Amino acid sequence: MRQGEISLAGLLALFSLYLMWKATDLPIGYIRGQGPGGGFWPFWLSLGMLLSCLVIAWNWWRGKTPASRSDEPLMDGFGWRTVVLVGGGVAAFVALISVVSMYGAIAIFLFYYLRFLGRHSWLLTLGLALILPIGLFFFFEGAMQISMPQGMTFTQPFFDVMYDIIY
Amino acid sequence: MEILSFLADGVLLALLPINLFLIVIGVTVGLFIGAMPGLGSVNGVAILLPITFLVPPSSAIIFLAAIYYGAMYGGAISSVTLGIPGASTAVATTFDGRPLALKGRASLALVTAALASFVGGTVANIFFTLFAPLLASLALSFGPPEIFALMLLAFATFVGLGGDDIPKTVFSICFGLVLASVGFDTISGEPRLVLFDIPGFLRGIGFIVLAIGVYGIGEMLWTIEQTRGEITSMNPKMTVKGMVEDAREAARLGWRGTTIGSILGFFVGVLPAAGATPGSLMSYGVAKMMSRNPQDYGNGTPDGVAAPEAANNSASTGAMLPMLTLGIPGSPTTAILLGGMVIWGLTPGPRLFVDESEFVWGLIGSFYISNVAALVINLAFIPLFIWMLRMPFTILSPLIFVLSIVGGFAASHSMHDLWLIVIFGIGAFFMRKFDYPLAPAVLAIVLGPIAEPTLRQSLLLSSGDPTIFFTRPIAGPITVIAIVLILLPALKLFRRNRAVVHS
Repeated sequence: MRQGEISLAGLLALFSLYLMWKATDLPIGYIRGQGPGGGFWPFWLSLGMLLSCLVIAWNWWRGKTPASRSDEPLMDGFGWRTVVLVGGGVAAFVALISVVSMYGAIAIFLFYYLRFLGRHSWLLTLGLALILPIGLFFFFEGAMQISMPQGMTFTQPFFDVMYDIIY
Repeated sequence: MEILSFLADGVLLALLPINLFLIVIGVTVGLFIGAMPGLGSVNGVAILLPITFLVPPSSAIIFLAAIYYGAMYGGAISSVTLGIPGASTAVATTFDGRPLALKGRASLALVTAALASFVGGTVANIFFTLFAPLLASLALSFGPPEIFALMLLAFATFVGLGGDDIPKTVFSICFGLVLASVGFDTISGEPRLVLFDIPGFLRGIGFIVLAIGVYGIGEMLWTIEQTRGEITSMNPKMTVKGMVEDAREAARLGWRGTTIGSILGFFVGVLPAAGATPGSLMSYGVAKMMSRNPQDYGNGTPDGVAAPEAANNSASTGAMLPMLTLGIPGSPTTAILLGGMVIWGLTPGPRLFVDESEFVWGLIGSFYISNVAALVINLAFIPLFIWMLRMPFTILSPLIFVLSIVGGFAASHSMHDLWLIVIFGIGAFFMRKFDYPLAPAVLAIVLGPIAEPTLRQSLLLSSGDPTIFFTRPIAGPITVIAIVLILLPALKLFRRNRAVVHS
């Protein structure tokens, strides 16, 4: 935990420096007749972020926070597995949207989560993985008239059938 | 007396069978739309606007106002049950609503939210009825320095929300404000902070993207990791008796927050460009500061649900005031309502109360009826929302992930934003591990787009002299209070540290 806290503060300080540099694309000072420049607000706030990181590092050095006094690891095996399997599953869900459409990605994600992470029965898994995307299709495309991504062209026959039902 | 007679006519108009039917449908639709993460009153009002051309203008505005009301009640539902604020107005409801749900008291949180919303709405309706023209002229005296001072006051209350680690809270506030400035500089129109030169950042970063990332993904990952995925819901079955007991408890433990939220929310809501979000956030902060047990806030106190819920309902009624009397919309939803009024041939402004008195008083009357309808309909649906929480966590959690992603896309229509949601979620998980408070970042990204232009306009007005925030009669006291509130936690911490050193 101790090493993690200072590493995170260092990363955030670097990000703050990047934001300060990026903010200088626009004027960061006061322009006579025009008021503060476009970079004024993000530049000074990024400086605030950087200064906060320096104080966080100072507190870490003095052992003021619980994390800075802890020698425990950041996460055990279960924690890392959770981040990889659940966080990775959500990332894969988003990646699949451009391939199999939003509704296809929902079905695959629910199947993966319910069957492999939740260890639920086939009936419940397949039931939810099929019914929820269809229900969401009618809610968003029919009732709310919000179009979701349709993925690659091979999904089109499915959408043609579904749109025939709505219209 | 004249006002009461107009109001009675307005209530009678709202009680006509067609209008009553539209109120019930509008409130129910609004409740469910508001409960969906990513969708808010603005979606409901925009989608159903064309339908209103089938009925007279007075019925049309009553229908749209009922959707607006229902959505305000609905926002609390996703905050409590899913832990995701469905709209910016319900961010503060998450702070105590979600901990109450995790303790098995979701029904108490939802009943408190419903009752506080009802009281907030009623108080606002009374203020609206009695003081509409007077308040409209007062709101006009709020220029950029006054609005910025108000934003400063809202940020000051955040410092108190972040706990003892002030540098991490300040980092979080600055981070949220910087994210809010990504996209285009609203004054010069030039691209700004297009991070890593990725074109998607030209669209800016919306509040909902950060909120869903932090609460929908990050908080869920954290909960699964902390509970080892074995979280079991303890929410009991809802009974009428249980609901009555919850109502009593809500009244006993939530009256202070309800009172603060109802009054403060209305006055912040009336101000052009402010609206329900700053109103609910400030009410939460003020209720915490005035509480005898501020340490309970954030751990699940009914007062922490009551204050923002009373305020967002009160403020949403207040936001109608500048729209009707001055023609200035205070929020995207009131902008659409304003558009609707123009299409129906009505001209919002000071003359509206004289020229179209039946329309205006019918609308005000419908506020009262919608408020009662929203309370009854909301309470009736609470058992359904509680039932959702009794699902095993291994079913509920993927549903929350799905709703987060779908809601995120519905709000922004951008794959770039979905990737940002994932990145913010994973980043929030690690920041949470090291006790970075993330609520202030979410609040800052909501208020940033109001704070920055008002600061720059104020400095332009004063030729760069920052004393403008201290010398104006309204801005001055607000700025001083904000500075005191910012310094207070630091002073308390300094004293505590000195006491520890001495002992």
